[in-house]
Amino acid sequence: MHMAQAEAIINPPRRKLIIEKRSSRFDMNWSELWEYRELGCVLIWRDITVRYKQTAIGIAWVLLQPLIAMLIFTAVFGKMAKVPSDGVWYPVFSLTALLPWMYFSQAVTRAGESVVANGRMVGKIYFPRLWLPLATVVSPLVDFALSLVLLFGLLIYAGMPLTWKVLTLPAFILLAVFTAMGLCFFTSALHVKYRDVGHAIPFVMQIWMYLTPIVYPASLVPDEWKWLYGLNPMVGVVEGFRWALLGRTSPDPVMMMESLVVLFAVIAGGLVYFRKMERQFADII
Amino acid sequence: MSDIAIRVEGLSKQYRIGARRKAHNTLRDHLMSGLQSLWSRNGHQPPARNSGSVESAKPEVESTLFWALQDVSFDVKRGETVGIVGRNGAGKSTLLKLLSRITEPTSGRIEIDGRVAALLEVGTGFHNELTGRENIYLNGTILGMKRAEIPRQLDEIVAFSEVEQFLDTPVKRYSSGMTLRLAFAVAAHLNPEILIVDEVLAVGDAAFQKKCMGKMEGVAKEGRTIFFVSHNMPAVTRLCQRAILLEDGKLCRDGNSHEVVSAYLHSELGTMSAREWTDPLKAPRGEVAMLRAVRVCTSDGRSEEAFDIRKPVGLEMEYEVLKPGYKFMPSMELWNEEGVCLIDSIEYDPNWRGRVRPPGRYRSTAWIPGNYLAEGTLFVTVYLETVDPKIKQFYEKQVVAFSVVDSGEGDSARVDFAGKLRGVVRPRLDWNTVLNPENVQPERVTSEL
Repeated sequence: MHMAQAEAIINPPRRKLIIEKRSSRFDMNWSELWEYRELGCVLIWRDITVRYKQTAIGIAWVLLQPLIAMLIFTAVFGKMAKVPSDGVWYPVFSLTALLPWMYFSQAVTRAGESVVANGRMVGKIYFPRLWLPLATVVSPLVDFALSLVLLFGLLIYAGMPLTWKVLTLPAFILLAVFTAMGLCFFTSALHVKYRDVGHAIPFVMQIWMYLTPIVYPASLVPDEWKWLYGLNPMVGVVEGFRWALLGRTSPDPVMMMESLVVLFAVIAGGLVYFRKMERQFADII
Repeated sequence: MSDIAIRVEGLSKQYRIGARRKAHNTLRDHLMSGLQSLWSRNGHQPPARNSGSVESAKPEVESTLFWALQDVSFDVKRGETVGIVGRNGAGKSTLLKLLSRITEPTSGRIEIDGRVAALLEVGTGFHNELTGRENIYLNGTILGMKRAEIPRQLDEIVAFSEVEQFLDTPVKRYSSGMTLRLAFAVAAHLNPEILIVDEVLAVGDAAFQKKCMGKMEGVAKEGRTIFFVSHNMPAVTRLCQRAILLEDGKLCRDGNSHEVVSAYLHSELGTMSAREWTDPLKAPRGEVAMLRAVRVCTSDGRSEEAFDIRKPVGLEMEYEVLKPGYKFMPSMELWNEEGVCLIDSIEYDPNWRGRVRPPGRYRSTAWIPGNYLAEGTLFVTVYLETVDPKIKQFYEKQVVAFSVVDSGEGDSARVDFAGKLRGVVRPRLDWNTVLNPENVQPERVTSEL
């Protein structure tokens, strides 16, 4: 007798699988998502392993990209345009914001294409489709974690010691992760139907960068527009990073609350939309 | 635990197809149609499109919907192997996609009881940059293996795939055959209780196909449930006890696989025990001869679709010799539905052997004796070539088909047995049975022989 059969008899939780038209649009089927967690892990692992195969400098890209962006921003915005940086040395000021932003932008760009990019899989095998954007949002975290080394190195060089506040960083990272997730539930599902999304995302991300205090401090935004500005959850993320690592300005609580509200709205809406569109994926991909 | 593995009830799937006027595949279409309906509301209705009015919009929508599958119901028992047959577009793939949960039914329901694996393709999710070993893990997980299970099966998978030396080489350096073998090896070690398979598995070279089918037969013999979709009739009859025929999305026949397959082949080929080429331009031909007709007939010359197993069958070909001075060698092949060539027979007629045939129309008939063929559907291939020099004139594969049936009256080789008989042919052999053979006089036995 085969092992698998033996197992199936030993572990009796064999439930009947019922396939029919899904009735509720709010049925998220979390238990199934959890059941397929190993697939999620494998997808994340595949993403990470594959990314730097057959590259000459491999993982060094993770450090090179933010480093070069930081140098250019420092030269253009810090030196030439003389953008204020709340009294912080400009390279540190920009890199602190660049790292979470680069994570976010990578996650959104890649995850937006995740369903279409895995179209063959979607058409040939069943698994909770939600794992595709989920895995692609999570995998750039590895790059992000590595690039933190660069940031900490620079902070030490600049003589800016880490304080207890650094412990709050994970909260802001999570904020970025969840924002990216919520957004990607929308974009990846929309991308299946409208390939326009693939063209729009990189462009939108470029504009979005200027709507986020990366090359300039949030203090530059006029007070009467702060409420609007705060609707961008990445403002909360970047401000949080600057506060936790540079310790100058504490994040505006109103703006943080706004970010959280937007975040929940985006995730909830994104989930419902994704689950709704998901049924057609295999038919129209 | 009930003995039903798969229960399908009233299953339907509707698709939207064709050039939909209301389709918007890019945002631009959406915007344009929005503008146009605004325009039409102002009274300047563009003639080509009247999507603004409800009356005209309705039939438009109706006409673009079609049922890929309509009200299909059946049960599959545990341990049963079921083949799904039907022509392209009959709904086979849709059924498979519904069973494997890739797409959702429009109505109806499926119950699956047991650990199920659906294989619509080998190597789903394979990544070229990853090594063979890494792909085993990746593909295994995608197909539903548990992580703990894979290392335990790794050696077996590797041995089956025959790619040991290249296990740590990226798959992109593999030949396509190697990739296929590796992919199939993973799939073959899934060990599900219910296996849903598409025929695309039977790809690759002949040896590999044989291996795949062998593995599937092994799985079937272990008493697991197999649901097999295929165009390959021999594979269906060999692998499955039962077959379901789909036609235009509806279940049209369900029963013993041999019966269903021959019914299907008959419906496909139509009245195809006779064929004629009246238009010389369309007839299969060579330099000096052309095929005019092929027919299967009874001893009194009638064309038939089905032949009594006890009666002789005449295979007839008519051809026209166009140029003088050639000797010919007509021949015919008889194939069964499992793709086995039963007979390859060359004309043996002393009147024409080694003789030049003057131009004119010829009819060559080969007689297969009664009580010789087995039940089933048989296909006739005709071949004509000249002798000295040897030039092929035509070789028409499986041009006509007929079936052999046994009415079970007891005087065929089936005698009184009602079950399935093996064997590609079924001659009624001369049997001789004696009681207490040691007491029988040896002279008598030899004299009887």
